[in-house]
Amino acid sequence: MNWFYFSSPSTFYGLAGRLAPPSFILAAVLAAAGLYLGLGVAPTDAQQGAVYRVIFIHVPTAWMSMFLYFVMACYCALTLVFNTRLSAMMARAIAPTGAMFTFVALWTGAFWGRPTWGTYWVWDARLTSELVLLFLYFGYMALANAFEDPRRGDRASALLAIIGVVNLPIIYFSVQWWNTLHQGSSVSFKGTSMHVTMLAGMLVMSFSAWMYAIGATLVRVRAVILERERRAQWVRDLGAA
Amino acid sequence: MKPRTKRALAIVGGLAALGVAAGLVLNAFQSNLVFFFTPTQVAKKEVPLDRNFRIGGLVETGTVVREKDALTVNFKVTDGAQSVPVVYTGILPDLFKEGKGVVAEGRVGANGIFTARQVLAKHDENYMPPEAAEALKQAGHPMAKEHFAGQGGRPQ
Repeated sequence: MNWFYFSSPSTFYGLAGRLAPPSFILAAVLAAAGLYLGLGVAPTDAQQGAVYRVIFIHVPTAWMSMFLYFVMACYCALTLVFNTRLSAMMARAIAPTGAMFTFVALWTGAFWGRPTWGTYWVWDARLTSELVLLFLYFGYMALANAFEDPRRGDRASALLAIIGVVNLPIIYFSVQWWNTLHQGSSVSFKGTSMHVTMLAGMLVMSFSAWMYAIGATLVRVRAVILERERRAQWVRDLGAA
Repeated sequence: MKPRTKRALAIVGGLAALGVAAGLVLNAFQSNLVFFFTPTQVAKKEVPLDRNFRIGGLVETGTVVREKDALTVNFKVTDGAQSVPVVYTGILPDLFKEGKGVVAEGRVGANGIFTARQVLAKHDENYMPPEAAEALKQAGHPMAKEHFAGQGGRPQ
């Protein structure tokens, strides 16, 4: 078996095309189940009432915003170390989805914060570092497209993405390291301080977000592959057929 | 050594150096990154007395007193060890309750009373239905206090 069979853009193009639709279908099914659990089955919170239900969007998107950045940085490291083409294209394809999740996490958090905390925004460590993550995504995308030669853009932006990894533990541990207005983690590796139905809804929504991210990335990477390989014979054949 | 091994080592080494640098910088800025001070720090005068700052803690049970104008509220913020009297005129967030977390921004006057410009409610990481909360309350479980004290409670 050839482990690197799908590391060539031409073969991965087909694989991505086959994997994307089932990812989207799974995402939709899981989202329906998660929203049913979250909005229909889960009880209201003792203190916040129904406004807490924003966690079914907020927490999955916030998790994905960090996780996708990590995956993107791993692809960037592969790009720099092995000079592979597909990894750079994958990183480029992940970035917009990651930025979208970061934005949604910040946005939903603001709308939760207004009724619960009494303010849309505070400059505490958690909120500020998550905003920095959004700017890192923007910076990565801007730098990747700032060069005439896309391969130079790949390398420059990969370096930026890898440097930005330092921000991830800061986001995650900010609520432990400093006094923040943002509460600590309700779910950690040690356990949870949430009611079980609420947790179930949140986890199902997280898997849905995961599937959506995979589907969106695969669709986008197909576009990136076509654009970058437009002079290759197999793409010309694709157009001719 | 192959060039790609060199590049991999450069990335790992660079990240490690960057991590250490970031750690040192954050450690140096420790006190500036703190969103609020605790009542104990106020009692020890570890707070900037000449400018606005925030205090955080729990609203001490039985200390919330509203004045006749219905907007001015007096209460005490406690961290279990010390408490600071606070006066605030304005609309309080929904989650402002006795025994629950609060963060207030303002300054300490000469009389030792903290005059707040803004009061924010701090939510804890517990999410439970009302029945469960009621059961905990009847069992005399001091949940909120424990969790609040445990968060960000690193000594300065």
